[in-house]
Amino acid sequence: MIDKISPSVQQALANIHDGATVMIGGFGGAGQPAELIDGLIEQGAKELVIVNNNAGNAEIGLAGLLKAGRVRKIICSFPRQADSYVFDELYRSGKLELELVPQGNLAERIRAAGAGIGAFFTPTGYGTQLAEGKETREINGRHYVLEYPIFADFALIKAEVGDRWGNLTYRKTARNFGPIMATAAKTTIASVHEIAELGAIDPETVVTPGIFVKHVVKVPRTATGPAGFKGA
Amino acid sequence: MSETNTLPKWTRDQIAARVAVDIPDGAIVNLGIGLPTQVANHLPEGREVILHSENGVIGMGPAPAEGQEDYDLINAGKQPVTLLPGGCFFHHADSFGMMRGGHLDVCVLGAFQVSATGDLANWSTGAPDAIPAVGGAMDLAIGAKKTYVMMDLLTKTGESKLVESCTYPLTGIGCVSRIYTDFAVIDLGADGANVIDIVEGLSFDQLQELTPVTLTDAR
Repeated sequence: MIDKISPSVQQALANIHDGATVMIGGFGGAGQPAELIDGLIEQGAKELVIVNNNAGNAEIGLAGLLKAGRVRKIICSFPRQADSYVFDELYRSGKLELELVPQGNLAERIRAAGAGIGAFFTPTGYGTQLAEGKETREINGRHYVLEYPIFADFALIKAEVGDRWGNLTYRKTARNFGPIMATAAKTTIASVHEIAELGAIDPETVVTPGIFVKHVVKVPRTATGPAGFKGA
Repeated sequence: MSETNTLPKWTRDQIAARVAVDIPDGAIVNLGIGLPTQVANHLPEGREVILHSENGVIGMGPAPAEGQEDYDLINAGKQPVTLLPGGCFFHHADSFGMMRGGHLDVCVLGAFQVSATGDLANWSTGAPDAIPAVGGAMDLAIGAKKTYVMMDLLTKTGESKLVESCTYPLTGIGCVSRIYTDFAVIDLGADGANVIDIVEGLSFDQLQELTPVTLTDAR
């Protein structure tokens, strides 16, 4: 019998090794799998390469992982936020490597990894600092930059409902990077607030098919808090 | 340039309202973080405009009533928003596909500098100690059918932000089709900088004195 339901966060995260590339879902607080990140801090893996849109807020979640000194490098589009002081200090003191990627390129590079695309030409970033040194091509009169996929060993994502085959649904804009990160990692671990019987999720509403998911772990439902802006 | 303080100018609300006038009924629009967000407050009555946000929502409504905030439903500035009937959610690759694929009609952004040929600099001042952050700026700049910029024409120290060539790091090349400033609305393109609207009480010559870019009166 296929059963991807993990009894605990600790068990779901057990195989994350030092030096792993870990994608973490979320845009600000929405979709950030806080319980999985807390579990990763507890689990102890270090020298991690993290892929996330941001670089953490205040001292919780991803910022907590950074503060604990577990991250060697972060690949993201928007590290600087009103409450990103943990990242800011690590970056300024040279303790954290940053690969800054335009947000759409970040998303498409993740998608490409999951979809078996070797590389792709995108107009985003052409002629800017973020495309320096990259191969370019003119196609039908427009200029493009060659971008490569971003693969990960693990993806930690936050979903809403899951079943034992790993099918997932999401909640509102908490969906953001979850569905594409799930496709790009060798092992995807999804936290959910509800576990459904097989067949109970309307197949027309499944967003992430279970084929992309290795472990599903239920965590208590807590309201997502504000993050990423002044006064949050 | 201290005398520029006495020149007539549009307020930020008036600039936002001026942008809103040019957004047609049925348009799909992305409003950048900050000043451009205010455009939504000035859309003329009866005009149906669909707002897109990069983090995976289309059909965005106004901010929720106090106490009704749901931080799983936020905009690109990570502020809580609402969803209008007909609105929906999608993942990030789809959201940026909407931009890059040319499915957005209008995008309104802020800027540090815009060049006479429509180059945009709005993500970094290039200061050596600055923490870089680009977000969706580069995708938005080149993706929409029309990219409008909303900005003060002058910096706080009186330098023109409309320049012959950007000195700040570029966001995109030749991507801005029109700027809405506190003094004028100016179309940019291969045929130069064409002024289509000037704040009441300011002459074309007075406007020209504010910027090194050669302007054409196209009113």
